[in-house]
Amino acid sequence: MTHLFESNLDPKDAVLSEICNAGDPWMAEVKKGQTFRILDLEGNQAVDTLFYSATDSEERYSAVDTISRQGKLYLTTGSVLYSNEGNPMLTIIADTCGRHDTLGGACASESNTVRYALDKRSMHSCRDSFMHALNHCGCATHRNMSKRDITANINFFMNVPVTSDGRLSFADGISGAGKYVEMRAEMDVVVLISNCPQLNNPCNAYNPTPVQLLVWNA
Amino acid sequence: MNQFNTNNLLWEEIIPGGNHWSGLIRRGTALRISDMEGGANLSALFYNPENKLERYNMPDTLKAQHTAFLTTGNVCYSDMGRVMCSIINDKVGWHDTICGITDAGMIEAKYGKATFQTHRNAMHRNGKDGLLVELAKYGLSKRDLVANVNFFSKVIPDEAGSLSFVEANSKAGDFVDVRFDMNVLLVLSTAPHPLDSITNYQPAAVKLSAWHIGLAEADDVCRLSCIQNGRGFINTERYYL
Repeated sequence: MTHLFESNLDPKDAVLSEICNAGDPWMAEVKKGQTFRILDLEGNQAVDTLFYSATDSEERYSAVDTISRQGKLYLTTGSVLYSNEGNPMLTIIADTCGRHDTLGGACASESNTVRYALDKRSMHSCRDSFMHALNHCGCATHRNMSKRDITANINFFMNVPVTSDGRLSFADGISGAGKYVEMRAEMDVVVLISNCPQLNNPCNAYNPTPVQLLVWNA
Repeated sequence: MNQFNTNNLLWEEIIPGGNHWSGLIRRGTALRISDMEGGANLSALFYNPENKLERYNMPDTLKAQHTAFLTTGNVCYSDMGRVMCSIINDKVGWHDTICGITDAGMIEAKYGKATFQTHRNAMHRNGKDGLLVELAKYGLSKRDLVANVNFFSKVIPDEAGSLSFVEANSKAGDFVDVRFDMNVLLVLSTAPHPLDSITNYQPAAVKLSAWHIGLAEADDVCRLSCIQNGRGFINTERYYL
């Protein structure tokens, strides 16, 4: 049973409101106490997301810490996003989708050759977007970040159920146009997003679309 | 393929419970990894020694094979789309990939404090610090510490995704045979699994037995277990041409 929690925050009061187009990266800092919302504008868009401590990018989101410290596979309202140091980075405080994945990782040229066909290497991928952002975004270039810092991410709005016999499936999305997930920053964080360009599986309903990013002050 | 045989061993080594280990395992070598006492947990990470930025990737491993755990027929993928190693024979049936490792705080909270000053080499050790010690020997550090494999451990989810640790998943004498398809810098810890429900600190020892196995053949169980693995082996083979 999935419980959905709506937010009372009004987009008119947001201190940041930006669109990240289909297949593009996005990167920004969110301060401790601020609320960060990802809005799925057209539905079933996978938003591959990583978080780093703004003061030390070696402290970063850890999928395995998040899973084992809470004994839960999926992310939704109440889930704490833990760092590799075991510190809470953000807490999900509203979620109108109900379930988000942190096992499926990000697509890359090389993994696309394995998953789909050897000649899919040239298709645009999340790792290309991550690398591009780390090379160009103002909040990355002074932090000396690289592929070393790319680890298992969150796929907001993506549905990757694991059965009790351990099978992992990429199910049709449970998100829809206008659904959102909202989290409170527990420390100053850098957000790194690839708005997934994958065309080969249902994570984006085969049609990557834009998402909106909003930030409110405490 | 050269089967495991006690007459063709290259070397054997026992890693005591709670300890850590690393070494270069060459392409075409296999390790029989044995649980000496039952209930072992062996946290493992894999790196390409030629380019240590290439490393085991948990999500790529899981999604290529549509599985959340590892057993016979499964391979471990690098983040460059290559098969690093393969599980060619497994008496255990389930090896965890999703729960990570313990750190010092988790071990003390669960098992109490046992330092070198009071317990000498029976001190409580944790997975994270053990792996970091080994990584540091190769110039690697926290940034290189990623989601690992936990050989011998089993954790199952219910429909809502709540996880349960399965006790006694591995018995004394159980083993898993892992073939290395790339040259691999192998980094290991025998510290307890983070969700281990046993409340005494009693991590089991693990034995490594190495032999020369050769490369994956055309009818290899891991190459044929899914079409994705066939492509992964091609990527690995091209790398060594």
